[in-house]
Amino acid sequence: MRVSVIDDACHGHQMCAIAAPEVFGSDEMGNAIVLIDGDIPAELQAKTRRAESNCPERAIVITD
Amino acid sequence: MTEVRKPVEDLLTDYDIFEPEFVKDPYPSFSEIRESQCPIARTERYEGSWLPTRYEDVVAIAQEYETFTSRGILVVPPFPGQGEGSYGGVTAPPITSDPPDHHWHRRLILPVFSPQSVAKFEQGTRDLCNQLIDEVIDKGTADAAADYAQHIPVRVIATLLGVPLEMEADFTAWVRAALENILDAEGRKWARKNIIEFFLAQVAERKQNPREDDFITELMNTEVEGKVVPIEYVLGVCNLMLVAGVDTTWSAIGSCMWHMAQHPEHRKQLRDNPDLWPTAIEELLRMYAPVTMARIVDHDVEFQGCPMKAGDRVLMAFPAANRDPRQFENPDEVILDREHNRHVAFGSGIHRCAGSNLARLEVRVALQTWLERIPEFELVDKTDVTWAGGQVHGPRKCLVSF
Ligand code: HEM
Ligand code: SF4
Repeated sequence: MRVSVIDDACHGHQMCAIAAPEVFGSDEMGNAIVLIDGDIPAELQAKTRRAESNCPERAIVITD
Repeated sequence: MTEVRKPVEDLLTDYDIFEPEFVKDPYPSFSEIRESQCPIARTERYEGSWLPTRYEDVVAIAQEYETFTSRGILVVPPFPGQGEGSYGGVTAPPITSDPPDHHWHRRLILPVFSPQSVAKFEQGTRDLCNQLIDEVIDKGTADAAADYAQHIPVRVIATLLGVPLEMEADFTAWVRAALENILDAEGRKWARKNIIEFFLAQVAERKQNPREDDFITELMNTEVEGKVVPIEYVLGVCNLMLVAGVDTTWSAIGSCMWHMAQHPEHRKQLRDNPDLWPTAIEELLRMYAPVTMARIVDHDVEFQGCPMKAGDRVLMAFPAANRDPRQFENPDEVILDREHNRHVAFGSGIHRCAGSNLARLEVRVALQTWLERIPEFELVDKTDVTWAGGQVHGPRKCLVSF
């Protein structure tokens, strides 16, 4: 599983970081950044999906 | 003054967001409109407005900033003469700004509100909550709204802005006049005058004595494209911080306290599982979203079959969107560990609340501190709770005993 954030769509709700703090952080503007390079470890995949389903801007893209 | 209010004939064509029942509990009306043939209601009251109630529609309008502009963001029209005279150009950037200016209006303040930046307010907020609790804990009873919630955000914002905490009562009065009692145009005018004069004096003082590590000083010295920002921008941002950061957050804390007073099972759930706090706060914000904003239609447009005209006002009922069963399972139930929660209590799109990380922190710390010290409490009288509504919804009197 890989994950990315569409920068133009992200408006910094930070609900991704609430759901999966190991996977999402924030830049100095409060917008989301992905903290993990490459594959998301198995133990964080459920949380990552949860982050996706909590983003009000639908700015998170998961590719399996 | 006795108020003569025309009874509402039909919610779909004549809703009244200031009708006392609606102010207290708008959710049955939202739901009736949402499930009708016409989920975007219309009223001619207060110079007319549209009221979308479905999640999808509210979010679509928030995203379409070219059609639905932020020239007017109050749920009622501006007071006569607003925008005239010296400092008439002071608005409330970025909330009242449209692109392209909105971009830099917002960018300049975002770093102050990143999760990293707001973390430094946590301990101060906790100390403040503890002081407020010290004042009531031996009495066995308190007003969760007026003795507790009301004092927290205003002091946090005053600290952030670097303005005198002793003026708390004035700030609160101005904010209430600006945002809460908004049918009183004279009151809004009074609040605006006071806020602008106050911040003008703060700016003048800093011109004499610039301060280190100070929000207003830094704002005054910011340059955009080689030019220092205009004074109207500085005053406007300060105006917004005070108005947007106080009534909203205090309403959210109040509603959460009102909820917790009635739900021992949720108090226990949080006690047993403290990791749940961040998710629980989002769920409470979904359920009790305090803020409704407005948009002004830029050009004639048909939206979901509604003939909207240039200049029409559209109410962005985020609280209604947050209870749409098409988006949320069991929307009227608080589920502290809700899995899927794309709530829009903080709005959506380019104007999404810049202060949300601070707001969340305040709500969480206020509840945690209270629950640590007063784990068991209940409403004194369910029928004796009073509410503010319209633009911002939350309890204003909420007696609890413990
Ligand atoms: C629970 C508390 C709060 C709620 C529910 C809330 C809600 C909102 C909403 C719905 C918007 C969107 C406005 C629109 O679409 O027109 C907004 C914007 C804004 N809020 Fe908040 N707010 C809260 C607390 C705060 C705090 C504490 C601050 C900081 C002092 C703040 C600062 C702002 C600013 C600066 C904007 C304008 C952003 C822009 O236009 O780009 N808010 N807020
Ligand atoms: S929840 Fe969505 S919009 Fe918010 S910070 Fe995360 S990716 Fe961005």
